[in-house]
Amino acid sequence: MSRPAPSSLDELDRRIINALQGGFPIVDEPYRQVAASLGTTEAELLARIQRMLEARVLTRFGPMFQIERLGGRFVLAALAVPEERFAEVTERVNALPEVAHNYRREHALNMWFVLATETPDGIAAATRRIEADTGLKVFAFPKLQEFFVDMRLKA
Amino acid sequence: MNEPALPDDFERRLIIATQAGLPLVPRPYDLLAEQLGVSAGLVKARLAAMLESGRIRRIGAVPNHYAIGYTANGMSVWDVDDAHIARLGETIGKLDFVTHCYERPRALPDWPYNLFAMVHGHDRATVLAHIDEIAALLGPDCRRHDVLFSTAILKKTGLRIGNDG
Repeated sequence: MSRPAPSSLDELDRRIINALQGGFPIVDEPYRQVAASLGTTEAELLARIQRMLEARVLTRFGPMFQIERLGGRFVLAALAVPEERFAEVTERVNALPEVAHNYRREHALNMWFVLATETPDGIAAATRRIEADTGLKVFAFPKLQEFFVDMRLKA
Repeated sequence: MNEPALPDDFERRLIIATQAGLPLVPRPYDLLAEQLGVSAGLVKARLAAMLESGRIRRIGAVPNHYAIGYTANGMSVWDVDDAHIARLGETIGKLDFVTHCYERPRALPDWPYNLFAMVHGHDRATVLAHIDEIAALLGPDCRRHDVLFSTAILKKTGLRIGNDG
């Protein structure tokens, strides 16, 4: 995934990103309401959200489901991928729809991904599938306690 | 935490209809209602109820943190005494530069760490300074630690269910 340059965002883009990290209204014309609070038009807001999604400045815009409250599971997992196999293993791991995020990190365990499945059983199935597809051991790190989660970052 | 209530058929269809994103049209809930064959009132009421019960964390945007200038993302990991992890986790989770903080199992002998705290910053020096602050707070309760910087986002799509449909 390419990294868009931060400098390509103007002041209104940043205000939109910050505003959209709060609670989006559940009203008939929510974009009109948010646009008014930002001093812009609905059409401008929609165009900018679209553009930022296409440029991958935003990776998503919509409801964030808390899958664990819906009977599903999120599990952080890692692989130690030999450097010469990194591209191939990335392709195999990312091919699974259960892989919600995947990051390369500097460590012997150099690939860290989150499995998100609709049922608890789905995690074990996805883990076995990745082990079979890559021949590598999956290290699973299910959370035991959550102390804090707030992914909002000021743009 | 209460036992999770499994999504009913309508809720499941609502999740599938919105997991890739909310429609970018002036009346997004009307469009969803049309797609699902229900009233817009029902769509709005269910989304509001799911927010209220925590089944939806929030409705909003997920920025690519690199794109908004947070180019350093360090997953800090700590080997702390199990007897004190609840207190230590609460302390570290309250720091404003920590975006997630969890207790996770060790995987000995490869992985001795049981406390994970994600730290975002505009550069590595900033993140490393924050790591030092965490180390100072943990003091002798921490036996060793490491920080794993991310060097690439390989995938970031979020949850996807209903892959067969």
